[in-house]
Parts: sequence; structure tokens; C-alpha cells
Amino acid sequence: MIHTIDLVKEFGSFRAVDNINLDIAKGEIFGFLGANGAGKTTTIRMLCGLLLPSSGSITVDGLDIAKHSEQVKHKIGYMSQKFSLYPDLKAIENLEFYAGIYKVPFKKALANIRDVVDQFGLTDILSSITGDLPMGYKQRLSLVAALVHDPPLVFLDEPTSGVDPQARREFWQVINDLAQTGKSVIVSTHFMDEAEYCHRVIVMQDGREVVLGKPAELKDQHQAGSMQELFLRVLGENNAKSV
Amino acid sequence: MPNLSRIHAIAQKEVFHILRDSRTLVIIILMPLLQLIIFGYAMNMELRQVPLVVQDNALNGASRALIDAFIHTDYFQVVPLAAKQLEPQSIFQTRKAQATLSIPKEFGNSDTAVYLEIDASDPNSAQLIQNYATGIVSSFRGSVAAGIDLRPLILYNPDMKSSFFFVPGLIAMILVMICALLTSISISREKEMGSMEQILVSPVSASEILLGKVLPYILLGLLDALLILGVGMLLFQVPFRGEFVVFLLFTFLYVLTSLCLGLLVSTVAKTQQAAMMMALGITLLPTLLLSGYMFPISSMPPVLQKLTLVIPARYYLQIIRGIMLKGNGVQHLFQAGLSLVIMSAVMLLVAARRFKLRLS
Repeated sequence: MIHTIDLVKEFGSFRAVDNINLDIAKGEIFGFLGANGAGKTTTIRMLCGLLLPSSGSITVDGLDIAKHSEQVKHKIGYMSQKFSLYPDLKAIENLEFYAGIYKVPFKKALANIRDVVDQFGLTDILSSITGDLPMGYKQRLSLVAALVHDPPLVFLDEPTSGVDPQARREFWQVINDLAQTGKSVIVSTHFMDEAEYCHRVIVMQDGREVVLGKPAELKDQHQAGSMQELFLRVLGENNAKSV
Repeated sequence: MPNLSRIHAIAQKEVFHILRDSRTLVIIILMPLLQLIIFGYAMNMELRQVPLVVQDNALNGASRALIDAFIHTDYFQVVPLAAKQLEPQSIFQTRKAQATLSIPKEFGNSDTAVYLEIDASDPNSAQLIQNYATGIVSSFRGSVAAGIDLRPLILYNPDMKSSFFFVPGLIAMILVMICALLTSISISREKEMGSMEQILVSPVSASEILLGKVLPYILLGLLDALLILGVGMLLFQVPFRGEFVVFLLFTFLYVLTSLCLGLLVSTVAKTQQAAMMMALGITLLPTLLLSGYMFPISSMPPVLQKLTLVIPARYYLQIIRGIMLKGNGVQHLFQAGLSLVIMSAVMLLVAARRFKLRLS
């Protein structure tokens, strides 16, 4: 579904992303793990076309994103790290706006998101002013807004930061269901327990890949009991290597 | 090609913002009214009731008739002073009067000269006092003087009321300021809030974003123009001699130009604060000083005269003064209107090119 070759992003002399190669399949939940500043957000921003790579290439569904930018953008849903729906609009007006800029008739958009809206229990708050909603609802609404055009590829940049554990579990249930319907979901997180829900993860440090694979296999390889342990162990090994 | 349904989506969202954000409404309604009232009353260029000391040495019919002529205008007010206080220097030192008029003993008989002394510590007022006095004397003179008799006919503003001059000017100044503020703030706010990032991920193009932002504000700008015009006419009794349709048409062009100026600002400014400062900076002073509003363009040095060509208000001032005072129609204003169209098109194109569809 999405494929990168030797992806690099430099800001001046600082290499924020260093030779990342990814191949993410249809229906896969792919996790980006790493500390703040590891390069997760920068990579995701390149993958969804917000930043131009310094070198390397990205194809979505076989289309080069630099050359077929408009076509690719229709295939991508994106929920940014920072809450960015309009607080002075009603929840439903926000959704109508996003449907509009993706040229999806609002009826069709509502059909596209009906299941997720039900699952999240958002039906009753759709006519509320977005800014008045509690944080948990705002996050859910942001995810819904990224789905109005039924994109086959969904990017979620730290969707569960600032959300209580109960809501986090609900979020992952929805992500799982999205993958079941054939969407590829790319998630970044710094909650290690969440990594268990991903089909595959990449652990990044200083812009580079430290390990990439299925959580269970990675834990076996590195004799780690949990993702938390794996994370600390591989980063420790990586630091020891680079010293 | 820009897509209409996307532009509609952006414009509609913008309307929600406008209706729900009290700050926008303050900018749109309160700011112009305050400016109109403050500027309108403070920028009065006329002098009324100038204190005048008269020293009448003739004390005959002719001298009394002349003094009456001064008193009967609204311009002068005679200050009664005792004879020993009549030294002009001390009158001006103590600010008892701004001018003194002395009439010689033989006035009306062998002598036809009268003497006016003016305190020119404020040269503009002094100039006005001289003009008023000259006017009074020349209309009084009638048969007294021989020789060339200049009889000016003053058109469009026969009473030379300065409200006729500043109300149209204020419409030009307030409109450009408000419109540039509105668009530049509206775009920089999206950058600041992070919602621009969500828009940039979508397939929307720069021109769709810019057009969607401009359209609702055109309507607001026109409403603002009507508000200022209405209140200006009500408070300051300015005439409106032209046709309303012509006013709407050309004001639309000016609003569009001003909004595009705001778009251009927003491609440079990253925060709302910066946008606000820039928008005010490039509209307020240049409009006040270089549009011909305060100072005639023809008396500026050639370099500044060239510079006035890029000030939108320069064209709109011709238009609005022409419509309100002279009753100009489209045929008289065509060129100024065309200049506004060209300026809008250039600014819109530059803004669309400069507008970055990616984060930097």
C-alpha cells in the first residue's frame, strides 16, 4: 500500500530521518515507536505529503506521491498530533467541512463514518460546539474527520496522547476494525503497551530504524517479556553500538 | 482549475467563523465606527469663530459695514478689548486673538487699505484665516475697488466643508485597513492553530483556499462600506450625488484589492500578531500619506508620485470623491477601476504562487 526507498529528511545539517525503508501492506496496522525527537512525526509528515523528502522516494498504491500528489491525497486520511478541528464550529460542521474539501457529498461522508461514529458514541454530540467537548471526544472526532472520504490509508500521529486508558482501549478497537475492513493504519505512539496491538512496528532513534518487525517475533529475538522491555533493550544495544 | 465545491466548503466554514467569533464582528462593526467618529471630528480642517480683535480708527459707515461683514460669517468672532490692550504683539502673546484687523482713519474716503495681522505659529490656520479674510473683503469691496475683479465659482463643495473631503477619504482608509486585516488574520490563525496542516493534507489547491477565504469577506467589506457611508452621511451631512450601483461596483473592486493585499500579507506572516502588525503597517500610513487623501499627489517629489501608483486607495479616492461629490459615472472612473482590477489580479497570483502547500 505504501512503500518507501531510502527516505531521508534533513533540516539544515540536522538529519531528522535517515534512510528509512518501509513496505506497509493493505489492512496492516503499522506502529512507529520511539522517544520524542526520534523522527516519527517527520516521517509521517513526509508519508502524507506535508513535507518533501530531502532524498528517497515514496509511492502510495504504486503512485509516486511527488508526481501524483492530488490523486494520492484522496487516498490519505490524517489525524495530526495537535488537535486541529475548528473549536468554534459544531462537530457536524467540522465533518461537513472536511467532506467538502475532499469533494465527498455530505450524505456519502456520513455513511462512510457511520460505524465509527456509533462505535465511539458520538451521535449525540454531533450538534455540540467542538470547543466545548471534553478532550476524549475531541480526539475521537479528529479520527472520524480523517475518515470522511473513506481513505484506504490512515495516518494517526499520537492519537491516544492525553486520553484515559479506557478511551485508549476503545480507540484501538476502532483502529483494529478499520484494518479489518482493509484500511492500512499507520500509528505513532509512545505508549509501549499499545505497540502490542500493531501488526508490525518500527522502533526509531535519532531518525534511524533500530528494529522493525512483528511485536511477538521482536520480543523473542531480544528475549524481552514485554514491549516496554524490548524497547529499552534495543535502544540500549543501539546506544552501546554507537558509542 | 479551482473546484467550486471545495471553494464553497471553505467559504461556508469561514462564514461560521465570522458569525461565531465576536472578535471578527468587533473588527467589522466597531472599529470602522470608532474611526469614523474619532477621525471625523478630530480631522476638522475648517476654522470657526476665530477670535479677532478690531481696531476701528475710521468709525464711519464704511468701516462699520466692513466689520459687520466679518461678524456675519461664521469664521470670525470679534473680541472686545480695551484700547490700551491693542498692541498686536501682546494680543498674540497672551493668545487673546489669532488675528487683528486695523482700519485706518480715512477708510472709505481717500484710504482703501485695511491691515490684517495674523498669528502664524500654526501656519495652516494662518493660511485659512488669510483666505477667509480675503474672501470677505473681496465680496465686500464691490464698487469700492477698481481694476481686475476675480470672481471665483467654487464647484462641488461651495462651502468648502472639510467633511466633504474627509468622509470619502475615511471610507477609503477604513476599508483597506479592515479588509487587509480580515484575510491576513483568518489565514495566519489557521497556521497558528494547526488546522492549516489538516487542510494541506487534503487535495485542496492554493487558489481554492485563497478564493474560499476571500469570497465571504467581499460581502462583509461591502457591508462595511455601506455602514461607513451611511453613518458618514448621517453625522457629517456629506452629499451623495452619483449612482448607488456605480458606488457598489467600484467599491466591490476596491474591497477585492484590499482583501488580496491581506492574502499577500498572510503568505509572509506566520502568526496572527505578525499579520495584524503587517496589515496595519502597509495600509494605515501609506493610505493616509500617499493616496492623495491628506496631501495632493501633484505636490509630492517625483519618486513619491511614482510610489503612489501602487497604493490602492489612490484610485479609490478618485472614485469615491468622484461619485459622492461630482456624481461621476462609470465612464469617468473606468481607468481607476481598471487599475484596481489589475492590482487585485497581480496580488492574487503572487499570493497563490507564494502560498506553500507544504510545511516548511
